[in-house]
Amino acid sequence: MTLKTILTGATVALGLAAGAVIPAQAQDDKTKVGFIYVGPIGDGGWTYEHNEGRLAVEEHFGDQVETVYQESVPEGADATRAITQMALNGADLIFTTSFGYMDATLAVAEKFPDVKFEHATGYKTAPNLSTYSARFYEGRAIQGHIAGKMTESNIVGYIASYPIPEVIRGINAAFIHARKANPEVEFKIIWAYTWFDPAKEADAATALIEQGADVILQHTDSTAPQAAAEKAGGVVTFGQASDMAEYKPFPRVSSIIDDWKPYYIARTQAVIDGTWESHQVWDGIGPGMVAIGEITDAVPAEVKQEALALKDAIASGEYHPFTGPLKKQDGSDWLAEGETADDGTLLGMDFYVEGLDADIPQ
Amino acid sequence: MMDLSSISPILLLASIMAASTPILLAAIGELVVERAGVLNLGVEGMMITGAICGFAIAVNTGSPALGFLVAALGGAGLSLLFALLTQVALANQVASGLALTLFGLGLSALLGQGYVGIKPPPTPRLDIPVLGDIPFLGPVLFSHDLMVYLALALVTAVWAGLKYSRAGLVLRAVGENHDAAHALGYKVVRVRVLAIAFGGACAGLGGAYLSLVRVPQWTEGMTAGAGWIALALVVFASWKAGRVLLGAWLFGGVSVLQLNLQAAGVALPVEYLSMSPYLITILVLVIMSADRSRAPASLARIFHASQ
Repeated sequence: MTLKTILTGATVALGLAAGAVIPAQAQDDKTKVGFIYVGPIGDGGWTYEHNEGRLAVEEHFGDQVETVYQESVPEGADATRAITQMALNGADLIFTTSFGYMDATLAVAEKFPDVKFEHATGYKTAPNLSTYSARFYEGRAIQGHIAGKMTESNIVGYIASYPIPEVIRGINAAFIHARKANPEVEFKIIWAYTWFDPAKEADAATALIEQGADVILQHTDSTAPQAAAEKAGGVVTFGQASDMAEYKPFPRVSSIIDDWKPYYIARTQAVIDGTWESHQVWDGIGPGMVAIGEITDAVPAEVKQEALALKDAIASGEYHPFTGPLKKQDGSDWLAEGETADDGTLLGMDFYVEGLDADIPQ
Repeated sequence: MMDLSSISPILLLASIMAASTPILLAAIGELVVERAGVLNLGVEGMMITGAICGFAIAVNTGSPALGFLVAALGGAGLSLLFALLTQVALANQVASGLALTLFGLGLSALLGQGYVGIKPPPTPRLDIPVLGDIPFLGPVLFSHDLMVYLALALVTAVWAGLKYSRAGLVLRAVGENHDAAHALGYKVVRVRVLAIAFGGACAGLGGAYLSLVRVPQWTEGMTAGAGWIALALVVFASWKAGRVLLGAWLFGGVSVLQLNLQAAGVALPVEYLSMSPYLITILVLVIMSADRSRAPASLARIFHASQ
């Protein structure tokens, strides 16, 4: 068997796969909106919520709009192929919904100046490429508070995905507020180097639980850590990106929900109206892009009240989760008393705050 | 905060068994398929089909054992589609295998729609009296679930079967030179179809082990590449059963170990820890394969009785 046979086979199979989810013909009067997903829709987390946004676009615009999507697109070279394919198939607006698609989206955007692109959680823009993200760290602050109050072993496990600013920001926000709630608390962090791999996520959760963690925070996309916590018993978890309500009222005691629906509808409307412009959007709890899922009765009433008060203060802008005095991990000063972090520092965050006993992978 | 004492060796070994078993099952099945001269790249698809079939049946009947049985049947059923394409219609094995993976992923997503967020019935751990009470060795060796032992028994049976039995000899003959085997009167196609079905059943069991024991839940796409790792393992293990076992333990073991080391705050760069399962497994198996082991000579070649 030659290499050529293998490649031909692979090409045929991939072509079939792409063709299966991208309906071949678009009618010209319809606005076509494309979505590139990093995991399967059924992940129950990140990709699930982006797809909810897509469905909301379909429902809102009806026959005016046609949507297409491709699931489980690997970050890297294959993403370029998938995005290009979507643009070639006549998409007018393409949402690429994972950080790792950043360079691929930029490269394809340059080749298709008439197509509008929107990249989630990145920072590179172009005249036809916007970025959008949510201030997940606001939700992390609330999780951190609940985690700090609820842990009995004083060990909180954190399943991180990749060492990028968004994930590091989440760890810092959770840690600051866990420590405020409970000065004894320690974080154990595992880097999974994946967004979606249920078996690995479950293994990571199990490893953390076996080493004494009784609260697990996750920054990966599947519900596997919830299942691992449920299996172990007595371990608190939080829904990530989606409500993960199947694990209510325990182990899942609350959640961060990403609500992309209003944004996707607004941006599709802008393309229809011809008013679309490149921008960078970063919204939080206040504007509703981040929602806090129900805090269940497994959380003591007093802690629940505090968490809700924290949420209200963040939503109104009265409190910023990164408010000084705060030091960096190496002991150097970061924010003075009452000073709040600027968006530039937060977007490029590559350091831990004081008290975290771990290293960020390079 | 390096604290290795926080890692419990007993719990760690149990986790390693859970992490190794899915790829071990899938790989030992694929080994038999490849030794019969067939390359089935559909392992991932058969695994995930087994994962949802087993999960659905276990949830509906409350019996994990029945779940595993149906998972094996589901994996074997899907593999027969591949057998039909490659052994009857004489289609290209590589393309058919890739298509099988895509089909399996799609089919499982469809079948699994009603099963998201459901907890499966627990698969009991064997509680062997006396043996299980031996300090350290008891919990390490004698307190796993039945599937762990079944996987080990399967590896032993495949090793012995290929090496010592007449059926194993015929299977190897078919894989090495199907024309000669045919000339000797062996039913090449029948042997291969049976091997393919066996491979499918094993992959199905491996998938069900993921959804019923290791995670345990159903999530779309939950195998996340485990089938491809099993395929690679067969090649790096030089098509030898013992080495497949070693490779699966190494890969599963180092995967779980590195997560535990991370959690314990070991002062090793995380990026090296993270790639260590792949590096160590490949390195060990490549060094072992320096003994001029080679692929079955008829691997992936199409057989037609007229030729």
